[in-house]
Amino acid sequence: MITARITVTLKNGVLDPQGKAIEGGLSALGFSGIGSVRQGKIFDVELDAKDDNTALGELNAMCAKLLANTVIEDYHVEIL
Amino acid sequence: MKTSINQFPGSNRDRDMIAAITKISGATPQSVWHSETELPKSDLIIIPGGFSYGDYLRSGAIAARAPIMDAVRSAADAGIMVLGVCNGFQILTEAGLLPGALMRNAGLKFVCKQVNLKVENNRTNFTHRYEQNQIIPCPVAHHDGNYFADSETLNKIESEGQVVFRYTPDTNPNGSINDIAGIINEAGNVLGLMPHPENLIEADHGGDEGKYLFESALHPMLDTAA
Repeated sequence: MITARITVTLKNGVLDPQGKAIEGGLSALGFSGIGSVRQGKIFDVELDAKDDNTALGELNAMCAKLLANTVIEDYHVEIL
Repeated sequence: MKTSINQFPGSNRDRDMIAAITKISGATPQSVWHSETELPKSDLIIIPGGFSYGDYLRSGAIAARAPIMDAVRSAADAGIMVLGVCNGFQILTEAGLLPGALMRNAGLKFVCKQVNLKVENNRTNFTHRYEQNQIIPCPVAHHDGNYFADSETLNKIESEGQVVFRYTPDTNPNGSINDIAGIINEAGNVLGLMPHPENLIEADHGGDEGKYLFESALHPMLDTAA
């Protein structure tokens, strides 16, 4: 069984109001020096595949077809 | 004129839409469950509002990949009219039938209120019964209505008349780029909008300005058949 971690983040230049609110929350707690906060999603996926390359092919297809909206999001796949 | 209304688990404005279409057209629309793979013969397909699949992953993301959406895509490609309202608009963008994306409201809160819309393009099959630049009131109720498109897409839809409805700047409820409330595809047969015209069709609603969208769509003027 292969375990992978997929990280989905908003593309640069796409406004992230939730990240902004988190940034404000951290400042309100007294954390200083924060440049910016951008939030995203992590998916941990376990799958059966004969090797890492096959798994990467499947995982990238999953991102392109469902896990990320490539109009606004980028994704990164990592085999753990 | 046959109308179909697609229902997904979590749709909740479907019955409002059925009531509106029934009152305006005199005929009850056909309801189509999301797991169907074929649509009944339809001249107008409506994807109503709600919270399909609980808005899990992204609003409209999972519904956009439901079996019935292949049939909706084929119908849209053949020039059949498709209307998405609220979650329906989100589903159409997620399905790639309309450009751009609908993101979390800039104010982060769910908004349920009345806004004012400007009819930016009345030369469509969905809007020909409005005056160009007419301002109409309309209710909105959503959490993810903040329209976004990259600058290239935005330039294209702005220059080609694909922005059909715009919030008046003082009533933009969600931070939508260029105050965009509703857009149409290039071919002119797929419209998505966040506001709920089906909730403004008779005096008891406080106005009937939404009715003209359905009257337009039920009596199309332009041939969009592919």
